[in-house]
Amino acid sequence: MCLAVPGKILSIDLSKPELKMARVQFGEAIREICIQWVDGVEIGDYILAHVGTALSKIDEADALFTLDALREMGAPELDP
Amino acid sequence: MLKHIDEYRDKALVETLVRTIKATVSRKWTLMEICGGQTHSIMRYGLQELLPNEISLIHGPGCPVCVTPVELIDRAVELGRRPEVILVSFGDMLRVPGSHEDLLSVKAKGGAIRMVYAPLDALDIAERNPEKEVVFFGVGFETTAPAVALAIKQARHRALENFSVLVSHVLVPPAIQALLEDRQNQIDGFLAAGHVCAIMGTQEYIPLASKYKIPIVVTGFEPVDILLGIHKCINMLEQKRSGVENAYARSVRPEGNPAAQELLREVFVRVDRKWRGIGAIPGSGLGLSDAYLKYDATLKFKLQSVGTEEPELCMAGEILTGRKKPSQCPAFGTRCKPEKPLGAPMVSTEGACSAYYRYKKQTP
Ligand code: SF4
Repeated sequence: MCLAVPGKILSIDLSKPELKMARVQFGEAIREICIQWVDGVEIGDYILAHVGTALSKIDEADALFTLDALREMGAPELDP
Repeated sequence: MLKHIDEYRDKALVETLVRTIKATVSRKWTLMEICGGQTHSIMRYGLQELLPNEISLIHGPGCPVCVTPVELIDRAVELGRRPEVILVSFGDMLRVPGSHEDLLSVKAKGGAIRMVYAPLDALDIAERNPEKEVVFFGVGFETTAPAVALAIKQARHRALENFSVLVSHVLVPPAIQALLEDRQNQIDGFLAAGHVCAIMGTQEYIPLASKYKIPIVVTGFEPVDILLGIHKCINMLEQKRSGVENAYARSVRPEGNPAAQELLREVFVRVDRKWRGIGAIPGSGLGLSDAYLKYDATLKFKLQSVGTEEPELCMAGEILTGRKKPSQCPAFGTRCKPEKPLGAPMVSTEGACSAYYRYKKQTP
């Protein structure tokens, strides 16, 4: 139920101020997603979408930082 | 392109994390993941089997479909049978057994039951069917409630008179508190549900962690995310630390999503709520605020409380509180299967019973 998936913003429609929408790509599929509550998203950004709404913007820097930190952890001194 | 999914399923990173966890753990710990989506990932990727024997994962009540009380399913069934009503819901709700019937069988008998992906879609149905009453069955945690609040607010904006909501939203922190208040509980640490926190942030968990001296780690859903949550939680336990940490920083800010929280405060108020199999938990649900009461389907259709029956064989309560694993239920895989579920945890794709059936089938 709380399944939320990352998608990439393709275009943004601000014509209705009470219902800001975006076309968002999820793998092969494209859906209209409400981006009312996520500030400062731009075309090309990734958002986390759930039942037609964006929960949050995915922080690319954080995503990469975590992966890098984990790869560091895999450094030889930790090997058994 | 599946950015952020493939990367967080990376086998080498999974192995690194498992190795690091093994090097850290010195005694037995029991962790509960809150969210049913996490339970599913754990089963799907066999994460319990990768972990050292000292760590056991037990599964929490985080399947909103599973905890929706029979009484509300019965109300939805009653609405679905009315000729003037189109009942709209998320697909997962259709096969959840009520006292006597599920929504799918109402549909088979000609009831107008529709599934949607987004609550906003229900408004379009209402607009296209002005002669009908459209009722949306609003189920879900803090993750889903804002989308339903948005639909309700939009209904007012579009002056839709034929739209209402059967509200069955539940909140996670009061459930965590109820689990911890049970003195018999075995839980040493929690993996909190990342997508609930994407909306609510981490504020509400700080007093819980300090009152019950327990680590709570905000955790995502991919294998690497879950192992990272476990790693942080085990670290805290081994260092005798409690508190809240975030292992899902790419999607969860400490303050959550303030605009969505604001919308929740506008449209909903906290109410006491019964959880299926668990019982009443104070302040654990959402009801409509005074300003939006006209969208309350229970009031609009004057639905009465009726006595409800839980199937006797189903031990959903013990499953949902982590006291038993699905494979310990005598009906599991025999009288209860996804095709013919006795209880909600076997229906929902996020129910622990369905996760065990799908990925495990045999004993633990
Ligand atoms: S296996 Fe079926 S009957 Fe047993 S607890 Fe799970 S849902 Fe209920």
